Amino acid sequence: MGMTITEKILAAHAGKKRVVPGELITARVDVALGNDITAPIAIDEFTAIGAKCVFDRDRVVLVPDHFTPNKDILSAMQVKKVREFAKAQGLTHWYEGGEAGVEHVLLPEKGIVVPGDLVIGADSHTCTYGALGAFATGVGSTDLAAAMATGEVWLKVPETLKFVFHGKLAPWVEGKDLILHIIGDIGVDGALYMAMEFTGEAIEALSMAGRFTMANMAIEAGGKNGICTPDEKTREYVKNRALRKPVYYASDPDAAYARIIEYDAAKIEPTVAFPHLPENTRPISQVGDVTIHQAVIGSCTNGRIEDLRTAASVLKGRKAHPDVRLIVIPTTPAVYRQAMDEGLLATFLDAGAVIGPPTCGPCLGGHMGILAEGERAVATTNRNFVGRMGHPKSEVYLANPAVAAASAVAGKLAGPEDL
Amino acid sequence: MESDKGKAFRFGDDVDTDLIIAARYLNTSDPAVLASHCMEDADPSFAGKVRAGDVIVAGKNFGCGSSREHAPIAIKAAGVRCVIAKSFARIFFRNAFNMGLPILECPDADEIADGHEVEVDFDRGEIRNLTTGKVHQAMPIPPFMQELVAAGGLMAHVKKKLAESSPSC
Ligand code: SF4
Repeated sequence: MGMTITEKILAAHAGKKRVVPGELITARVDVALGNDITAPIAIDEFTAIGAKCVFDRDRVVLVPDHFTPNKDILSAMQVKKVREFAKAQGLTHWYEGGEAGVEHVLLPEKGIVVPGDLVIGADSHTCTYGALGAFATGVGSTDLAAAMATGEVWLKVPETLKFVFHGKLAPWVEGKDLILHIIGDIGVDGALYMAMEFTGEAIEALSMAGRFTMANMAIEAGGKNGICTPDEKTREYVKNRALRKPVYYASDPDAAYARIIEYDAAKIEPTVAFPHLPENTRPISQVGDVTIHQAVIGSCTNGRIEDLRTAASVLKGRKAHPDVRLIVIPTTPAVYRQAMDEGLLATFLDAGAVIGPPTCGPCLGGHMGILAEGERAVATTNRNFVGRMGHPKSEVYLANPAVAAASAVAGKLAGPEDL
Repeated sequence: MESDKGKAFRFGDDVDTDLIIAARYLNTSDPAVLASHCMEDADPSFAGKVRAGDVIVAGKNFGCGSSREHAPIAIKAAGVRCVIAKSFARIFFRNAFNMGLPILECPDADEIADGHEVEVDFDRGEIRNLTTGKVHQAMPIPPFMQELVAAGGLMAHVKKKLAESSPSC
């Protein structure tokens, strides 16, 4: 019996020939990540047990991105603690100010995570890096503290769900719609404790950005990790970035899966998740009349340069509806600069957008775009839980960048073809 | 572990970490502050009503969403003895064990209603509903995780390990 790509990476990091689902392993981590919310707790725990130094100063990565630039005194105190720790430990990867970006866009962009890696991060969307053909999963601060001290993590080997997308994507359909479609199909716990492997012609046709979007939202289906098989596009992406030597894994043809779920990609429309769960999906043709007050384009799900290009292509020559606040957040300094060089920022400004600095910002209701009672936002983010973007009685509709941009113009949920 | 009784506070399916502790309070990790906002967006009166020893009972996928350990910290600091649910989201599950908040996966969690008085026996994984008189069996806790709990959580485990290997910078 063969192994899946997830099992192969886990076995390699546990120093074993093979692992089987359900097995508890102790594995070596290539990268351990924390942010301004989760690292402070991890640092306290690390210090409390008398640990002196991190296991490897090149592999513990700390990125303050949630409430930064610091929104208030308490957040500033949290970042200060993380900064002092990073400096004292001499961490190679500490990013702040004009170098900071949304962690899950920044790490692949800088080549800190490479194919074949085992990555844990005290942030649930750490699963994003699976797009590179790495095993990456979100953990808590205590796990991060332990990994910072030992370079190891305990893991249960997950079963794998395989998703096969046959055929070609319809216009304006992208990774976001495929993953929302999956979540709508299997539910927010449909992949609980499991690996989600994305394959098929439509996945091969996706850009790396689209694959990052899909792996990013594995957690919204309850998944442990999302993963794509590395191919030429992956090699091209990591070619001039990888800080370490990538290892390319692929599932064996006779690997065992808990279930194989197949879709006809051509039948999938741009998809919107209605409040208050990512599984409440509807194709754009069936969203009805939903007035919106804010549109947010950004986040680790859809704030990459490809996403901004798509949004700009819809907004070009158009203006946001007078009752809609359009907020665009390039996710890293490199994305920001590229958007500037390509003239996308001018398009956004002309459309009446506010352009934020690279930050998580409104994605988690942190700052820079909080919703009031009764307000509705369309967002390219990944969660639409109660109160996620502000007031408990506000609403978030999840969509791809083209739909978010079109909705900003229309003043209500709309696809680019409705304009 | 001790067994004791408390009142059940009942929540539904897919209780997410934003409901357990909203992101607007994540600029601190002070347990007392977090406890005072525990479950706020699901039931604003929860933090005021819950007493030490009470239990949270929920449906499937409890704790889905973010990796924030502030969620189990808030619950623990609010005095909640344990969380009983049909299933747990995986990061919440890890976090709870790593930091010593007892959780029980119980297929019959739906039979425990708001206000029921329950008694929990962790060693046997038994939940006794004193209001209905029924006894429910929770899923067994894997041996490795029992060891973690016995060691006093993950960090105590790591501390022991570090002491054995005595690394230097
Ligand atoms: S952009 Fe949103 S989902 Fe991504 S790391 Fe930041 S807060 Fe989390």
